[in-house]
Amino acid sequence: MARTRPMKKALRYAVPATVAGAAVAAVGLVPALASSGGSPDLPRITAEELVAKIAASDTQQLSGTVRITTDLGLPALPGMGSGGHGGGRGNSAGEGGGEKAGDADPRGRLTELASGSHTLRVAVDGPDRQRLSIVEKAAEYSLIRNGGDVWAYDSATNTAHHTVLPREDGRGAGPEEAPGGLEKVTPQKAAQEVLKAVDATTSVTVDGTAKVAGQDAHQLLIEPKQPDSTVGSVRIAVDADSGVPLKFTLTPKGGGKAAVDVGFTEVDFAEPDAGTFDFKPPKGAKVTEEKPDGARNGSGETPHKDSEGGKDSKGGRGGDGKGRDAAEGLPSGLEVLGEGWGSVARIELPGGGPVPGAGAGQETAPEARKLLDGFTEEVKGDFGTGRFFGTRLVNALITDDGTVYVGAVTREGLVKAAGSAGGAG
Amino acid sequence: MSRAELPQDERTGRMGHQGHPGHSGLPRRPEREAEGGEPAPDRDGEPDEARRRPSPLWTLGLFRSELTVTFRRWRTLALLAVLAAVPLLVGIAVKVETGDGGPAGDGGGGGEGPAFIGQVTNNGLFLVFTALAATLPFFLPMAVGVVAGDSVAGEASAGTLRYLLVAPAGRTRLLLAKFTAILAFCLAATLTVAVSALAVGALLFPLGEVILLSGTTVPLADGMLRALAIAVAVAASLVGLAALGLFVSTLTNSGIAAMATTVGLLITVQILGAIPQLDAIHPYLFPHQWMSFADLLRDPVHWDDLLDNLRLQGLYAAVFGSAAWARFTGRDITV
Repeated sequence: MARTRPMKKALRYAVPATVAGAAVAAVGLVPALASSGGSPDLPRITAEELVAKIAASDTQQLSGTVRITTDLGLPALPGMGSGGHGGGRGNSAGEGGGEKAGDADPRGRLTELASGSHTLRVAVDGPDRQRLSIVEKAAEYSLIRNGGDVWAYDSATNTAHHTVLPREDGRGAGPEEAPGGLEKVTPQKAAQEVLKAVDATTSVTVDGTAKVAGQDAHQLLIEPKQPDSTVGSVRIAVDADSGVPLKFTLTPKGGGKAAVDVGFTEVDFAEPDAGTFDFKPPKGAKVTEEKPDGARNGSGETPHKDSEGGKDSKGGRGGDGKGRDAAEGLPSGLEVLGEGWGSVARIELPGGGPVPGAGAGQETAPEARKLLDGFTEEVKGDFGTGRFFGTRLVNALITDDGTVYVGAVTREGLVKAAGSAGGAG
Repeated sequence: MSRAELPQDERTGRMGHQGHPGHSGLPRRPEREAEGGEPAPDRDGEPDEARRRPSPLWTLGLFRSELTVTFRRWRTLALLAVLAAVPLLVGIAVKVETGDGGPAGDGGGGGEGPAFIGQVTNNGLFLVFTALAATLPFFLPMAVGVVAGDSVAGEASAGTLRYLLVAPAGRTRLLLAKFTAILAFCLAATLTVAVSALAVGALLFPLGEVILLSGTTVPLADGMLRALAIAVAVAASLVGLAALGLFVSTLTNSGIAAMATTVGLLITVQILGAIPQLDAIHPYLFPHQWMSFADLLRDPVHWDDLLDNLRLQGLYAAVFGSAAWARFTGRDITV
């Protein structure tokens, strides 16, 4: 019954083949074109001008979608994301474990951003009103700051967490710290953190232009000069009009894909809808109230300090006057060694002897000891012996006498720092 | 199978379209009692461009008859009944679980049980979302796979396909009618789950204001609208699989083989989608953004993934739809 000529038959299959080919090409090329291909033509600008532009930027209002991808090379341990710090959790025991403890406490939840890819929605209206939502699969975690009230709502567990900020904090340092590191995940803050570390140890250049979230942007390229640093380069895309940093990419020296990549995928500089910042706990939600002074100083801050220790600290040792920024608010027993990118945080552990996790005060059990040995390796140096724990960016050294050295420096740098500190102390 | 062996009845349930008077006596299989168009002689079922000038109304008739054929099947009704039973089971389970005053099953999206299940006791409307989240990974696509896989191959194995093609509709038009009928089934299946869940939810639990994922509370009417939008989004999520099933269905003359292949492909793709090491290919798999329907429950709605999903489904429909067309129009129909 075959009447159709083979040619004609074969030609028909060209249609799906073409459609599939065009689709694959479009899927493969369009994002590439959208993100990198469009290098807009912008007037040349020097690094200083660009940094000044960022500093002078007075954009107070924006809303948008932020994509954050973090690959620090942390070992995939169960509970590492949310339970990696000691004691921050209130009622997690009652919820039967699992990845999600039933508490909307911001501190635990924000550490989840330290691994994997997340989509955030941010809205900012001045220093007193911010909203941050972590878009999850069929769930959402929202942090809303409206004046002195900070609300956190977790839709997966239908729980809310309420913190009232102390009055004076609500004015001054409020946006810096109050919402549990809310600002740290926006590109602005991430860029500022790095710019703080700009000094003789760092080369800052302008490296072309890019299109980020539909905006024309200059690219600031920051490279550490210190050989011990594990940071290869930091790239910040700055909006050409407003001076708002739109994208932050941190590439480790070891190469590979970016260790931290935070950037807007959509951004709008118009005033966010006022209703965005109104939050009332929904009916039926379990609400946890927190006393104002308990909002900070918790161990929940530790992961941030760990991962940013290298960039945070401008000055030398914690003791002298130069290191005021860094020393302020640091837990006792913490001291910063070295300068700039090569700085290493030295932490005296209260118990003595290695404990699992860097700086998280948990007691040592034989099992924990075994676990610790499993993902660390032994190192010897001037300081004696210790265990080395490495990630792509942050490395830690735990000596047998219970001192932890953490920094974004190579293993050799860490051993050197530990050796000289041991000699000095 | 010659014409003489086939029963010469089953003319009653059909719509009268402009026919070819000389060929009114074509045979039908009893189960295929309604189908579009009067038959016309067509050389061995090949499409004949010169003779194919049917009116749009005629196409509508073809589609309507396809719809009737699909929905009159006992199998289709059984599938819908199973789908309608899922929300009932979930609802009763949640009711029994929480009947002693204990809290709703916590966790929700955390991997224990389908998403939103923790909210069901507060608001029966959430049973709609829970039921859709529970049926979307397998129940719904399996039903669609059965219907889509059977659409062409089932006709072929029943021996009715060549007679269907004798009609002046042409193969392209027939394929379009088939595809439209499958899409109608996707929507019907989703709405069955949603309506059944709403009924069960209203019976067993209170209805009221809806708490969105962002913590915003909206009135029930708004929640209902969102539920409807979600049902449509879920139905649209099945378009890619429907096209895939239609293509598979044109490959074989065995209805069972086509159904098994389609469902097998679905399971394979779901497994591939669950392997984290393969995340490079995940964006190309049709179930990749299936759960994006939940984004309709955010405030404001998060469109990125929803639109991604629609684009992906459209892509699958275009690729496998045209592949089905290429296969079906170029193929020899001997049974």
